[in-house]
Amino acid sequence: MTSIWNHPAFIMIIGALLLPLFKGSARKPFLLLVPVISFLTVCGLDEGVYGVVNFLDWELTFGRVDRLSQIFGFIMSLMCIVGTLYGLHEERVVDHIAAWLYVAGSLGVIYCGDFLTLFLFWELMAFASVFLVWFRRRPQSLAVGYRYLLVHTAGGLVLLAGFVLRYLETGGDLSFVALDVVNPTPATWMIMIGFILNAAVPPLHSWLPDAYGEASVTGAIFMCAFTTKTAIYALARSCAGFEILIPLGVCMALYGVVYAVLENDCRRLLAWHIISQVGYMVAGVGIGTELAINGACAHAFAHILYKGLLFMGCGSVLYMTGKSKFSDLGGLYKKMPRTFIYTMIGGLSISAFPLFSGFVSKSMIVAAGFESHIMWAAFLLTLASAGTFLHTGLKVPYFIWFGKNNCSEETWEKAQDPPWNMQAAMFCASFLCIFIGCYLPFLYDKLPYANHYHPYNGYHLGESLQILLFTAFGFFLLLKKLAPEPVISIDLDWFYRKGGKVFMWLVKKPIQAIDTAWGCVYKAVGLDGLMLTAKFSGWFDWHGIDGVVDGIARSVRSIGGSVRKLQSGQLQYNILFAATIAAGAIFALVFA
Amino acid sequence: MIVSFIDFFRDRLKATIRWCYVLLAVVAIWGSYFVDNSHAHTAWEKFPFFWSVFGFFACAIIIIGSKWFGHLGIMTREDYYDD
Repeated sequence: MTSIWNHPAFIMIIGALLLPLFKGSARKPFLLLVPVISFLTVCGLDEGVYGVVNFLDWELTFGRVDRLSQIFGFIMSLMCIVGTLYGLHEERVVDHIAAWLYVAGSLGVIYCGDFLTLFLFWELMAFASVFLVWFRRRPQSLAVGYRYLLVHTAGGLVLLAGFVLRYLETGGDLSFVALDVVNPTPATWMIMIGFILNAAVPPLHSWLPDAYGEASVTGAIFMCAFTTKTAIYALARSCAGFEILIPLGVCMALYGVVYAVLENDCRRLLAWHIISQVGYMVAGVGIGTELAINGACAHAFAHILYKGLLFMGCGSVLYMTGKSKFSDLGGLYKKMPRTFIYTMIGGLSISAFPLFSGFVSKSMIVAAGFESHIMWAAFLLTLASAGTFLHTGLKVPYFIWFGKNNCSEETWEKAQDPPWNMQAAMFCASFLCIFIGCYLPFLYDKLPYANHYHPYNGYHLGESLQILLFTAFGFFLLLKKLAPEPVISIDLDWFYRKGGKVFMWLVKKPIQAIDTAWGCVYKAVGLDGLMLTAKFSGWFDWHGIDGVVDGIARSVRSIGGSVRKLQSGQLQYNILFAATIAAGAIFALVFA
Repeated sequence: MIVSFIDFFRDRLKATIRWCYVLLAVVAIWGSYFVDNSHAHTAWEKFPFFWSVFGFFACAIIIIGSKWFGHLGIMTREDYYDD
């Protein structure tokens, strides 16, 4: 990267702008070409600082390349290829443009070196990704998108306020570097809150299942990869070792698991598990040791692929059948066997089964917890991992591909494995999930710190297999309790969704009534009073002011006429009148 | 091929379940007695079958606890927000 023009984010932006020009048979090659160029650009980056632009009094850094930014840049640009391949059949160009601008926002944040540039790309992410929700094009998509946008706008404003405070504190330094988390200032807190909103940390998380459950089939593949993991990158860069993140991360990991039990929609269930898995990463950032940061990065890397794969699997079911609720599905293994295998690979990866990607990444964070003697966090994260297998490894595959067949005749007829490009994308992601789990250097060599962790030892294998298999045993024993129910679960978004309704009610009912009543009062009293006042003013003007003015004028004219008569031009009369007036004046002066 | 593979096990469900129990027992015994537990982080982990019990109870607590929580009024009808 020698200038901003060969920045991976700008390649995506330029590609998005040029995309409408490529039509017909030229579009699909172009769709694949741009993400590949962006990925190759990322692979070719050398460590250093590039693309420094002076803007007003600020120095904006678009390209700061180091090991931390490289691991995130690598996986984001790789996922962009997989996601674009998955959505290759999509005819509507706007869907691709929104997705690519969203990716550009994420890559821009990852490679930027100052908070101002970060904010620019941060907002690009929010405003591009909302279209991925709206492009589901259902009646409710609009409302969901607006909720998503409002929450992210609020988060963006908190972040901006943090940057402004930071600017004042440091006397103008906006470098995107590690903040002082031991003695946090209001600026540090606000920046952290802005970041954790995008990481979906409770209580700032409800936007995630709301939006990801509603996003378009392809849009969800992008959304599940970029927003939360970009936030993890930002936290790892600036808030490593911020201890409050440990309890928040652990709460997240468990919160997502609890709500996943209650969930009836497979994509919303996966969204809840994003919250759970990102909880590991947040806790890892909070622990802040080299192993923990390595773990957070490794888990983000693995998570992007397996979560993308899971969303692709469930998205394929939705794309083919039009259904995503467990209560409308079941028994599909005969109709969609390949999709089942790919989804199962994603499920085994997220569950941290040996030889799959989650096993080599998630355990690093738990091990960091144990090594830092934060036992409660390590055990609770292990508990959450049982929940992960329970839902994503067991519940999702069981209730879609096995279990009771709840499919309508129409759903059953429509069900079949998806088009070739969707299967190819799932194959690529599946391959990478297994490859990462089997060939450790592929991931471990990219980590920001030197790695000394070895996941494949007898004890770790024994521990993991016991937890997973006995979780499966518990699942089948309690299967009836998990039977899908056509319900939704109330979450903390209740406050702003119901609050919004209360606001609308207030606007429509009492405030509207007051406004209408005021209008009537104004019409009855104000307008008539005004007319009366205007009439009086007119009358007064005509008869009062004009009368006085006209009267004076008439008097002046009359006096003028009299004076004119007096001045006959004969000198003796003039002297007579002057002397009379002078005598009168003297008389008045002397005797007054 | 995938379908026939799955059907093979479904057609022999009882035998499959029996083999799964055997697998559970083997993993629990191997993990408890045949693995070097010097890597354990706490003394509890050195109890035999600790992680088997942990896995089972973790699953049970999550399912039962979450459902209990859901039935407190958290789970509601699908058109709840449409009013």
